[in-house]
Amino acid sequence: MKNLKYAFFVGCTPKQSTPELMQSTLAIAEALGIELVELVEATCCGASHMQDYDDFLSLVLNARNICYAEKRGLTIVTVCNTCQLNLATAKYRLDNDEKLKDRVNAKLKEVGLEYKGTSQIKHFLYALIDDFGIDAIASRVKNPLKNLYIAPFYGCHNIRPQKVHGSSNGNEDPYKPTSLDRLIIALGGHSVEYGHKNKCCGFHVELQAPKTANRISGNAMLDAIENNADTMVTPCPLCHLRLDVQQKSISKEMGQDVSIPILHMPQMVGLALGISPEKLGIKHNIAKVDFA
Amino acid sequence: MKNYDIKRVNFKVFRYNKEVDKLPYYEDYSFDVAQDEVVLDILNKIKWEKDGSFSYRRSCRHGICGSCAIKVNNKPVLSCKERVFDLIEIFGYKLVFEPQDMKQAIKDMVVDKERFWHKYSSVKPYLIAEIDAHPKSEYIISGNEADKLDEADYCIQCGNCFYACPSVQVNGDYIGPAALLKAFRFNADVRDNAKRDRLDIVNQEGKGVWDCVKCYECAEACPKDLSPIDKITKLHNQIFEENMATDNVATRHAVGFKDSIKKHGFLDEGELVRYSEGNLGVLKHVPEALHMFKNGKLIMPWQMPKSQKLDEVDKLIKSSSTVKFK
Repeated sequence: MKNLKYAFFVGCTPKQSTPELMQSTLAIAEALGIELVELVEATCCGASHMQDYDDFLSLVLNARNICYAEKRGLTIVTVCNTCQLNLATAKYRLDNDEKLKDRVNAKLKEVGLEYKGTSQIKHFLYALIDDFGIDAIASRVKNPLKNLYIAPFYGCHNIRPQKVHGSSNGNEDPYKPTSLDRLIIALGGHSVEYGHKNKCCGFHVELQAPKTANRISGNAMLDAIENNADTMVTPCPLCHLRLDVQQKSISKEMGQDVSIPILHMPQMVGLALGISPEKLGIKHNIAKVDFA
Repeated sequence: MKNYDIKRVNFKVFRYNKEVDKLPYYEDYSFDVAQDEVVLDILNKIKWEKDGSFSYRRSCRHGICGSCAIKVNNKPVLSCKERVFDLIEIFGYKLVFEPQDMKQAIKDMVVDKERFWHKYSSVKPYLIAEIDAHPKSEYIISGNEADKLDEADYCIQCGNCFYACPSVQVNGDYIGPAALLKAFRFNADVRDNAKRDRLDIVNQEGKGVWDCVKCYECAEACPKDLSPIDKITKLHNQIFEENMATDNVATRHAVGFKDSIKKHGFLDEGELVRYSEGNLGVLKHVPEALHMFKNGKLIMPWQMPKSQKLDEVDKLIKSSSTVKFK
């Protein structure tokens, strides 16, 4: 198999509140021989909030982010659903609106850049499944997750809106996503079927509407727990910050205990590949991962 | 003659009569379905061939009246538009028909949409303008002016976005995507004079645009592909453009990104929470911050990462910013 190489759009949380996502991503990339070239010039994607304040500025900055992957001739890999959607939305808008692209390029020209539309944007989950290949991953499994019932939590911004993601997420259906389920099974685990797998975690209103956020994540977690999940897994650090870090306030809001380990997708892959919990940053998870 | 593909499909259908039944139940039906049949054809078959008491709303059969919206395997659909074969491709041969909101079901697929209409009417969803009763000429709207509506006038009020919205489900006060889209539709109309009145309504914390969770369920649910969330973004933009953004946690949360990107390239997570909540408000986050610190999930200000070529970022922020926040 040819060597996979991507422009790595790290995003903000792996360098701050989810160091375990950074560690586990790098660990499994190394184990699988996937080369990640960090986009050191990249800025925050705006996290789906900045466009509410200044849509054009947000678009210009994301176009700049993409330019640096284009310069390197690489596909961008993201490890956060919201980074994925913000970059993919910028690309979608620029690739489908020549006038807008000209306006943005007029600004980028001031710093010697030009958006061309030559780089694809892909979440690491789909780079693993569609590029590396699910069978190839299965063949590398050393510790099958055979005793684990794992509830996949897809997170909104990797699966909606379908129009923007197109083929970059393997044409995942937002009402019946399968990628994480297939990955869990390839790693030897049991994927838990439950209604909230493709629902929202509430992260984006956590500050201004904590009650809404806690009820939304609480409903999802209780659904997973009631369907006998040992753990949940998510490809999104923002979902993770909600479901893992906020378990106390969610339990309080729901009037029920919602304690359950929450794995990042690369942590789950890493455990099955036989990578040590230390290398996967398991100690940073707030809800205890007792099976690791 | 062309050969039509026909498939045998099982339908599990929500049944409930509020006046008689204590609890809802599901009835199973099985039909041969032809490749061009839509969900409404199946609803008709149930009523005409199996049970005349089966109830559902329908009228135009052309995707324009918005009355026949239901959920199939939790996917919001317009019955007259959705081909059964397309649903089989996603969900297989067992399809579950449910009303848009089971808690508001009156009879089978028919729901009480009172909440929906109440919120809808709360945003003044009509043109507010001084209209000359005896005009001497037509009021001509240019193509560019019409484009400003961004197709929001195509909304058929089916309610699919409203009943798919998780924020609506947990927060009884939230106006929801359909009404917000409608507020945008009239705010974008050059003939209208009530833009600021509507912005006052949608700017309210707990009710308006700031309670959108950004899940994009509304964008997927809309049978007219109007992406209500993008109209919600435009309402956010109007609030800042009209200088109506009040200084609160929600607005500062949106604004804070720009300052952080200018300074570091990356978002300074700790500083965003402090700036959004204010020096006093941030105190309520201390317990979780301690927990995060203990687990190595907080960095110190001097450890803050920085993007390379920040001079470019600074230049672009100066040249491309379109709004200011007091």
